[in-house]
Amino acid sequence: MSEELVDIRLTVNDVVHALRVPARRLLSDALRHDLGLTGTHVGCEHGVCGACTVLVDGRPMRSCLMFAVSAVDTEITTVEGLAEDDGSPEGRLGPVQQAFVECHGLQCGFCTPGFLTTITAGLKHNPEPTEDEAREMIAGNLCRCTGYANIVRSVLRAAEIASERP
Amino acid sequence: MTTKLFGERVPRVEDQRFLRGKGRYVDDVLVGPGAGGVLHAAVLRSPHAHARIVDIDVSDVLDIDGVHLVWTHDDLSGAMAEPLPLLIPHPQLTHGRTQYALAKDEVNYVGEAIAFVVADDRYLAEDAVGRIKVSYEFLPPVVGLDGARGAEHLVHEDVPGNVAARLEQENGDARAAIASAPHTLSLDLTVERSASTPLEGRGTVARWDPDTGRMTVWTSTQTSTGVRAAIAAKLGMDLGQVDVVTPDVGGGFGVKINHPWPEELLVPLAARTLGRVVKFTEDRREHFISAAHERGQQHQVEVGYDDDGRILGLDVRFWHDNGAYTPYGLIVPIITSTQLLGPYKPGAYRVVFESLYTNTVMVTPYRGAGRPQGCYVMERTMDAIAAALGKDRTEVRSANFIQPDEFPYDHGLIFQDGRELEYDSGDYPASLDKLKALVGWDEFPAFREEMARERRRVGIGLACYVEGTGVGPYEGAHVHIETSGKVKVATGLTTQGQGHATVFAQIVADALGVGFENVEVVTGDTRRMPYAVGTFASRAAVMSGSAIHLAALRTREKVLRIAADALEASEDDLEIVDGVVSVKGTPDGTASIDLGTVAVLSNPLRYAFDEASKAATQFTVGDPGKPPVAEDDEPGLEGRDFYSPERSTFASGMHAVIVETDPDTAEIKILKYAVVHDCGRLINPMIVEGQIQGGVAQGVGGALYERMAYDESGQLVNASFMDFLMPYVTEVPAHIDIDHLETPSPLNPLGIKGAGEAGVIPSAAVFASAIEDAEAPYHPGLGITAMPISPSELFELRQAHPPVEPVETKESS
Amino acid sequence: MKPAPFAYVRPQGLQHALEALAADPGAKVLAGGQSLVPLLSMRLAAPSTLVDINALPDLDGIRVDDTGIHVGALARHADVLASADVRRVQPLVTLALSHVAHATIRNRGTTVGSIVHADAAAEMPMVLALLGGSVTVASTSGTRTIPASGLFAGPLESTLRHDEIALEAFFPGLGAGEGVGFEEVARRHGDYALVGAGAVVRVEGEAVVAAEVGFLSASDVPVVVDVTDPLGGVVSTSSTDRAGELALQHLDPAEDLHATAAYRRQLVRVLTTRVLGAAYDDALGRARGEA
Repeated sequence: MSEELVDIRLTVNDVVHALRVPARRLLSDALRHDLGLTGTHVGCEHGVCGACTVLVDGRPMRSCLMFAVSAVDTEITTVEGLAEDDGSPEGRLGPVQQAFVECHGLQCGFCTPGFLTTITAGLKHNPEPTEDEAREMIAGNLCRCTGYANIVRSVLRAAEIASERP
Repeated sequence: MTTKLFGERVPRVEDQRFLRGKGRYVDDVLVGPGAGGVLHAAVLRSPHAHARIVDIDVSDVLDIDGVHLVWTHDDLSGAMAEPLPLLIPHPQLTHGRTQYALAKDEVNYVGEAIAFVVADDRYLAEDAVGRIKVSYEFLPPVVGLDGARGAEHLVHEDVPGNVAARLEQENGDARAAIASAPHTLSLDLTVERSASTPLEGRGTVARWDPDTGRMTVWTSTQTSTGVRAAIAAKLGMDLGQVDVVTPDVGGGFGVKINHPWPEELLVPLAARTLGRVVKFTEDRREHFISAAHERGQQHQVEVGYDDDGRILGLDVRFWHDNGAYTPYGLIVPIITSTQLLGPYKPGAYRVVFESLYTNTVMVTPYRGAGRPQGCYVMERTMDAIAAALGKDRTEVRSANFIQPDEFPYDHGLIFQDGRELEYDSGDYPASLDKLKALVGWDEFPAFREEMARERRRVGIGLACYVEGTGVGPYEGAHVHIETSGKVKVATGLTTQGQGHATVFAQIVADALGVGFENVEVVTGDTRRMPYAVGTFASRAAVMSGSAIHLAALRTREKVLRIAADALEASEDDLEIVDGVVSVKGTPDGTASIDLGTVAVLSNPLRYAFDEASKAATQFTVGDPGKPPVAEDDEPGLEGRDFYSPERSTFASGMHAVIVETDPDTAEIKILKYAVVHDCGRLINPMIVEGQIQGGVAQGVGGALYERMAYDESGQLVNASFMDFLMPYVTEVPAHIDIDHLETPSPLNPLGIKGAGEAGVIPSAAVFASAIEDAEAPYHPGLGITAMPISPSELFELRQAHPPVEPVETKESS
Repeated sequence: MKPAPFAYVRPQGLQHALEALAADPGAKVLAGGQSLVPLLSMRLAAPSTLVDINALPDLDGIRVDDTGIHVGALARHADVLASADVRRVQPLVTLALSHVAHATIRNRGTTVGSIVHADAAAEMPMVLALLGGSVTVASTSGTRTIPASGLFAGPLESTLRHDEIALEAFFPGLGAGEGVGFEEVARRHGDYALVGAGAVVRVEGEAVVAAEVGFLSASDVPVVVDVTDPLGGVVSTSSTDRAGELALQHLDPAEDLHATAAYRRQLVRVLTTRVLGAAYDDALGRARGEA
C-alpha cells in the first residue's frame, strides 16, 4: 500500500531542485525536510501564524497551505534567499534583515523568517510606508516575543536602508 | 579598561544566524537530503476527558509500510512504566499525582498520551495513529473550578474532594484586624486559563550511538540538565552516557520548564530500541491539548482598612485549577499567595489556597507564574477601597507602600523557593511618581471630559507589582581562553530568545578586558556545563550573569598570575585591554602579552601548532623547582564558578493604561500604555525594553483576547490559532512609554534583578481597572471581576447594569 | 497535523478536470486551498482525490462590462482587490475584500473558491448574495448559472453538485443612484467577523428609494434583508433602528466562544445603522460626483 510519489521540480532561491514526493507533502515540509531549507518555520500548520511565509512569484504565501506538487511552475524565495550578493560567501544582509538587527526586531527568531519575507515583498510594493502601512504590512504574522513594536520600527528602517543602497 | 559594555545597547550576536535562516531549532536538527534515515514520531492522544481504557488494539498498524514501532503502556517496563516524576514535592501537596509516559488504565484529560508510533515520516506516523482502536469506559469529567470544588465527581478516585493540596500562611491575625477595622470590603475575583503558546511547540530528537554507548538528545526545553537526569534515570542509563543539547528554542514562556514530557523519554528510548535517529515535533493542536496551561483561579478577598485606605487586615482564599496532574508541585499557587502583596504592607495577612484537580490539561508556570493573578487580586482590592472611600486610586496605593527606608522588608511568609519572603530593595513612591507623569494621570480628568463631549468613553487604570526574580539554588559558568585568544563561555541554563549570547558576552568582555566579538557563549549544553538549573523565574541574568561574572574574574586572576610571571611584573601593575595584558603606564608593545599567549603558557604541553605557541617561546613561567603543573594549579586558562544567592531579588514595576470602550459595540481600544520598571542595573537596555514590550503584548492577549475554553465534556473548543486569539500587531498598543528606575540589588555582584516576566504581570489588573473606570460613569455598579474580558462580556455586563446619564464631572478615581 | 493520503491530478484542460472530478465521488477541487488545506491537515476532510485546477488556462481573469464584474475561478482575492476596474464598477466588492483574512491569504485564496466554500462567516458569499450575483459552474454534462439566491444551502454547503467546478462569479455593477457600505466587527483584525454587514442604498435626490442590507455570521447562511420600508425614504437614527429590528426578524445569531447571541443581535443593530449611513453618504457623494 505504498503511497504514489510524484516527480516535481521546485525552483527555490533561483536553484532548480528535482524531488520525488507524495502528493500530500506540504510545501513547508518539502522545503524544510526534503531540501534542507530549515529557515522556513512551521508554527501552526493552519495558515494563521505566518512563520512559514515564503514568496511565491514574489508574493508572500503560506507554505503550510500549499502542496509541493502545486508549487511547480513557480519561483519560490525563502529566507535563505534574502541576503544580497556582495562577493562574500554569505552575502550581506538584505535591507529588511539589516533593519531587524538595528531595531532589535527579533527575540527567539522563530517567527522572524515569515516577517522577513512578508516585509521584503511589502516594501517592493510600497517602498515608503507610513507607520500605519508598516503595521498593516505585518498584520497577518504572529510573534509571541517582541510585542511587534520593534518589528514596525524595522519595517520603517528597512525602507530607509533600501533607499540608501544603490 | 576597554570601553565598558555593561549598560550599553549592544546589538545581538545571535541575530545574524536567525536572520539568515541559519538558526537551529529542534526540528531543524538532522534534516535535509543528506540526513536520510531520521524517523518521526506521532502520539495517539485521548479524545476523552475522563475514561477508563478497556482495550487498545494496534493490530491494524503493525503491517503498515514504513511503521517501525508502536508502543502502549503495556510495552513499557521498569522505571518507564512508573508515573512521571513529581518535580517539586511539598509537604502540603498531600495528594500529588503525575501521569504515565503512556496512559495506564485511565485517561484524565483530552490530549493525554496513550500510544506512541514511530514511522518513516510524520505523515505515515499520523496515518498509523489513526488506525489504533481504543475502547473506553466513560467516567464523568470534572471541568472548571466549580466542578472541582463541588466534587460531585472525582478526577482521581483516591483524592477526596479533588483537593491536591491545601496551604495556609498568616502574618499577624488578619481576621481580628478585619473585624476591628473601620471599613471592610469583600470581593470575588476570577481569572480564566491561558497558556504560554510559544510559536515553536515542544520537540525532541535522539540519537543513540552504539559505538560509544552514548545518547545525544536535542530537546526544546528550559532545562537541559533536568531532562538529562530524567532520561538517565528513566532509561536506566548512567548520567555520563546522556548528553542533552538545547538548540535554538522558539519561545518558552514557562511551558518548557516542565520535564520530562512523555516524548522526552519515549523518543530516546525508541532511538535506542531501533538504533535510529528519532524525532518528535509537536504540532499546534497537540501543543494546545498536551502541553500545559495556567492562570485559572477563583479568589475571595476580605479586607479591613482605615479612612486613608490603609489595609489593616487582608484575608484571601483562593482555588487553583491544577488540571489533571501536579508535576510542578505548588509553585504557581504559592507564588500567587505570596506575590499578591506587591509593594504593599498590610497590617496583617492570611492566605489559604486549595489546589484542585480537573479533567483538563495540567498546569505549570506560564510567564508571570501566578503573579498576574495575585497582582489582579491585590490591585482590584486597592481600586475597590479607593472607590468606597471616594479617593484617588494612586493615593490609596501610596498609603500602603513599603517605604524606601524599610528595606530589606520581611513579609513574615515563606516564598516559592522555601526562603523568607524578604524584599531586598526598591523605591515604590518614586516609581509611582514616574508613572503618573508618564501616563498623564493628573491630566486625565480633563481628557475624559473632552472625550465625553465627542460621545467617547475613556478610562484610566494602573497596577503595581513586585516580582521575586533570580531564584536559586544556583547557576554555574565556565570560561575558557583558547590559545587563539578567543574566549569560550558556557553556562548550563537554556535560551529562548532573551539574547543571552549577547548580554553574557558583555559581562565577560568587561570582566576580562577582551573584545566582545571574541567572546562566544554556549547555553544549555550539558557537555559544556553539566551543573545547571534552568531558565525560569526571570533568573537567567541574575543567576548565570552573576556566575559568568565570577568565573570570568577567576579566569582573570589566573591570567594576571601567569602574565605577571611572564612579564616579571607585579599582578597589581597589570591591566588587560582588548585582550592584551600589559604593565600599566608602559608604552604600547613593551612589556605586554596577549591572552592567547598566556593561554599557551598556562599549559606545559606546547606543540607549536599555531602562532600563539611560537610567540610563547619568548616567555618563561613557572618555578623550575616544582613539577610542570604545580600542586595547587591546573593546566589551561580556565575559570569556573557558581553563584548561589541567599534568596531571591525583588524587581518591581507599575503599569498604567488609558482605554476607550465603544458605547455601541463594547470594543476595547488601547489609547496609551505606560510602564515604569525597576530591575536593578540594566545589562542591555535594548534587550530589557524588548522583554517589556513583548510582555505587555502577551499581557494584552491575556487580558483581552486569550483564554482556554473547555466545554462541559472537557473538550478544549478553541485549540487552534483561529480561535485562541493571540494578538497580532493590530491588537497591541502602537507605542509603549517606558521609564526605568534602577535600584540595584545588594544580593549579587552586578546589582541586577530579573526582567523577563515583568511585562505580563500587571495586565489583567491594569485593564480591569481602566475598563471599569471607563464604564463606571455610565453603568453604576459595573465592576470587572472576571478576566479576561471580551467585548461580548462587557456588553453583557452593561446589560446587567442599566445605564444612567453620565455624571458631568468624574474624578479619575 | 498532516493530510491523509489522496490521489492527485493536475489537469491542463477543463475537460480533463471535469472528467477527473466526475470519476471519483470522493474527489474535491483544489484552487487557492486557503480554507481546504487546513481542513485536510487537521484531517477534518479526507478527499480521495484532489483535482488541482491551478494549471487550467484562462480562469484567472477579472473582466468588467456594462453589467458588472466577472471573476474567474483562479483570480486571487489580492488581484480582485487591487483592480481599479472592480472598484469603479462595484466598490462593494473592493470594500469587502479588504476584510477577507490577511494579505498573505488573499495572495493565494480565490474569490470564487471562497464563495462556493459557502461559509456564512465569510465576506464574499454575503456580497454575492447582497448584490444578486451568480456563479457559473461546469460539469461533464455542461454549464449552468446559479443565482446567489439559490447558491447557499446551509453551513459550509453550496448547491454545487459534487461533479461541478465553479468557473466564474458575476457581481452586478453599481446602479445609478446607488451607494454602498461595508463594516464588520471581528475579535482581531483579519479574523472571521463576529457579525458583518454590507448595504446597498439607492437614492433619488436625497430620498432613499431602495435599500438592502446583507449580513454575515448572523445566521447559518448569508442573509439579505430589504429594508426599504422601515427606512421610509430617509436614513436617520430611528429609521435605521427600525431597519435593524426588521433585519433581526430574518436572522438567527448564534452563541459561540467569542460572542453571545444577544451581543450579536446588538452588533446587527449597530452595523445596520453604520452601513446604511455609509451607503447613503456614498450614494449622495456619487450623485454629486465625488466618488
